[in-house]
Amino acid sequence: MEAFLHQVLSGLATGGIYASLALALVMIYQSTHFINFAQGEMAMFSTYLAWTMINAGMSWWLAFVLTILLSFVIGMLIERILIRPVEQAPVLTVIIVFIGLLVILNSVAGWIYTYTIKSFPSPFPAEPVFGGLMSAHELGAIGVTLVVLILLYVFFQFTPLGLAMRAVAQNPVSSRLVGIRVGWMLALGWGLAAAIGAVAGMMIAPIVYLDPTMMSGVLLYAFAAALLGGIDSPGGAVVGGFLVGVLENVMGAFVIGTELKLTVALIVIIAVLLVRPSGLFGRVIVSRV
Amino acid sequence: MDASVRGCLAIPARGRMMAALLEVSRLQAGYGAFSVLHGISFAVQDGGITALLGANGAGKTTTLRAVCGMVKAAGSVVLAGAQIAGRSTEDIVRRGVAHVPDGRGTFLHLTTEENLRLGAYTRRDRADVAGDLERCYTYFPRLEERRAQQAGTLSGGEQQMLAIARALMLRPRLLLLDEPSFGLAPLVVQEIFRIMQRIRQEQQVGILLVEQNASLALEVADHAYLLETGRVVLGGRADEVGRNEAVRKSYLGY
Repeated sequence: MEAFLHQVLSGLATGGIYASLALALVMIYQSTHFINFAQGEMAMFSTYLAWTMINAGMSWWLAFVLTILLSFVIGMLIERILIRPVEQAPVLTVIIVFIGLLVILNSVAGWIYTYTIKSFPSPFPAEPVFGGLMSAHELGAIGVTLVVLILLYVFFQFTPLGLAMRAVAQNPVSSRLVGIRVGWMLALGWGLAAAIGAVAGMMIAPIVYLDPTMMSGVLLYAFAAALLGGIDSPGGAVVGGFLVGVLENVMGAFVIGTELKLTVALIVIIAVLLVRPSGLFGRVIVSRV
Repeated sequence: MDASVRGCLAIPARGRMMAALLEVSRLQAGYGAFSVLHGISFAVQDGGITALLGANGAGKTTTLRAVCGMVKAAGSVVLAGAQIAGRSTEDIVRRGVAHVPDGRGTFLHLTTEENLRLGAYTRRDRADVAGDLERCYTYFPRLEERRAQQAGTLSGGEQQMLAIARALMLRPRLLLLDEPSFGLAPLVVQEIFRIMQRIRQEQQVGILLVEQNASLALEVADHAYLLETGRVVLGGRADEVGRNEAVRKSYLGY
């Protein structure tokens, strides 16, 4: 029983990270209607930025905050420079741009930092908590994730800017008619997604270590989480993230073994697409013909 | 255009009509290579209602879209003395032009109140916004009953009220209304037009009204223009336009 509880708790910790990244995917999906394949590499790159700052002697939390701000700016720049020109382009063009971004970020990270695996420090103490049930880092990661989620919820639900971003996601034409600068809202969405991804990267890096491909598995779980919750539902993405995290850990420990853990994500993706394409909380779009 | 029609055209003469809130001249617009408006001119007085009449495809909706920068247009659009042609929709809205679009443009998955708050998005006077919200609810009590409800669950008439109220939340100088009677029951239409006149009296707002129901439009408007395939073929004071033989036969049906 204790082993099971241990797996569930540690699943919640990684699940929170999947949830953040899934949320970043949903945010970009809502404004562009595409899955940002480069979301994971963007997060990886942010984590390297944090690593550079920490190595230069900066305190962990200062590096954390600076990385979030810097990632926000980089995310906005990516939207302005790379995504804006292909806004009206066919689906394939946009996907190629996303994949290009993925490859570029991956190569640039490898070029600057080499492909050698690096350790990334955790800001939390090394001792386990709750009588060894989970590590302090896992507990801390859950805490950080929850803070991020609450901040985002407050932002979207209770601020005029958050309301404007929700408006743009569902009706850009009407948004212009009430004076919202739609282009800037899309850029803001990319900035926020990049910032959330940065948090996810810095929380997962002490667990999976730092290398240019560190996020590929994590992104796959985030895809599964976003689809499970419903790709157009931010709340769903969060629930999906925690579900996938727990499922992955419990299945890995007791059913299929750690080697096949990633398969869980793929099975979830396929099962959702087959059985309930709109996800648990997604909007079922019915069109009259 | 023939000479008999030219007689009652009310294209504003320079220097005389200083009160015009909106002056449109030689406006051309279209979609891609397809041209819809071929140089139309008309005016909306400050605090007045100007109606654009015409059959389907005459260019009424395109005119509204051209005025607020939603389609590419050439020509002159002067709002309160400032040239706004060629500016972005967001900028034109910030100058006080509120558009109730064709199809109402409701934010379906937001609540009624969120829709209204979005109408005031560009305003910085937060305290007054709260007062205007209450005033919108006095114009349209039905919206207050549904304030926390998803706007997509509102009936067609309620969504039309919501669209007008959302536009009013901007405290516009110019209100563009695209077919407010479309698809609504006669009683609801009456209610909406009654409120429109009340708004005109209570707030100094000019209204440019596009309407297929010509008798209804001529009842509330002070000026009217008749569009045919992208040209103004008749224009002037609403009562004069209403007495025109051709308008009576083709649009009023008597």
